[in-house]
Amino acid sequence: MKVTVDMTMCQDHGQCAIAAPEVFRINDEGHLEYDAEPGDDMLEYVEEAADVCPVQAILIADS
Amino acid sequence: MTTTPHVVVVGGSLGALRAAEQLRAGGHAGPITVLGAEAHLPYNRPPLSKDVLAAGEPLAPAALADRLAFRRRASTADVDFRLGDPVVASDLRAGVVWTGSGSATSYDGLVVATGLRPRHLDVSGPALGRHVLRTVEDSHGLRADLERGPGLRVVVVGAGFIGCESAATLRKLGHEVTVVEPVGSPMERVIGAAVSAAVQGHLEAAGIRFVLGTGITGYLGEERVEGVVLGTGRVLPADVVVEAVGSLCNTEWLAGNGLDLSDGVLTDNRMRVVGAERVVAVGDVARFPNPLFDDVPRRVEHWSVPTDTARCAAATLLGDLAGMPPDDEFAPVPSFWSDQLDLRLQSFGSPALADEVVVEEGDLEHLLDGLLVTYHRQGRHVGTLAVNLSAARQRGLREQFSRPVPVA
Repeated sequence: MKVTVDMTMCQDHGQCAIAAPEVFRINDEGHLEYDAEPGDDMLEYVEEAADVCPVQAILIADS
Repeated sequence: MTTTPHVVVVGGSLGALRAAEQLRAGGHAGPITVLGAEAHLPYNRPPLSKDVLAAGEPLAPAALADRLAFRRRASTADVDFRLGDPVVASDLRAGVVWTGSGSATSYDGLVVATGLRPRHLDVSGPALGRHVLRTVEDSHGLRADLERGPGLRVVVVGAGFIGCESAATLRKLGHEVTVVEPVGSPMERVIGAAVSAAVQGHLEAAGIRFVLGTGITGYLGEERVEGVVLGTGRVLPADVVVEAVGSLCNTEWLAGNGLDLSDGVLTDNRMRVVGAERVVAVGDVARFPNPLFDDVPRRVEHWSVPTDTARCAAATLLGDLAGMPPDDEFAPVPSFWSDQLDLRLQSFGSPALADEVVVEEGDLEHLLDGLLVTYHRQGRHVGTLAVNLSAARQRGLREQFSRPVPVA
């Protein structure tokens, strides 16, 4: 699976890091870092992360 | 019961979309019909009081709805969205709903997702220049009015979250903004008096004026609004007015079915509508008890609620339709955020229930440096508010409210 976060939209709410901490994390500066190619076993969590993103900045595509 | 039950979702916003997704995720392969009052596919509303008013080229409502549309999962590709025709009546014993255009739709299972509409002030006067904020049409209309010039005099009625966010956005655009609130101080009912006063001070320092303790009793102007008359008799000149005075529940179409519609629609803890069969409710129209706090059913108007409740409601409906009703407890952690100028408020739990407020980190005079406040009811921690704390802290703050998963 391929994950893309539109960083022009991202406002560092951090909801994705709660839903899928293996894929998304907030660094010490308070900004988002993420794994752009997580394993397909992460799909359910990444879907949830995309759902709860307040600015809907997360896109998921089959790799 | 047919072998592939037909599920009808009434409502066309976030809760409706999430319900359809969760029905598919739960294994429902039968038809799903979504009956929405708005002419647009479900779209994200929070930007309507923020970026949409401020950034880029103004877009017509349809284009705006398109830009803010929620991503749709592939599993919902065959969901039948029938839009722009509100459901106006229902017979839950017969399992039928009717739309305004007169078409009847039968269902095996029903999801109530009709949400809220903004309340308008019951004050006569010209309609031009008066706005509410809920839909893309509302946001487009306000933005068009703001194009009339820089430095407009704007009165925002209501100092709840929508009112304060709107005021902040309009101030940032360079308008002269006054917020009028008859009851209490900004967002006080939710965040408490001390934090409310601190946020008010911060917004005032940025040039937003507050008039508290009096409401609007009249509008001045012939063709369009030129001013508002306060309860005190004072007149505030106004080019534009935003009414942010709360919401009404879209439940009229459920009347006559013997339901408790006194505040939204009453459900049990699994989101089943009380007094009906094969009917669940989602989103901010649903009044449900949350055992994280107590057994009092409440409506919750947070952005996270449609997603949380849809997950539970879909599982409940599918279980009930299959004769295997689920009974595990539904205890979502409520959370919301609010961006106002250079402040970001992030809440977990239910601060509004508190009788005691404790500042844990930072101080109320310096909100930009970060503030952590906890809320307690009868000695029990019921809510947390973070102001300008790193998002890295959120996971920990939220987990304070999660219950340990019971061992099976």
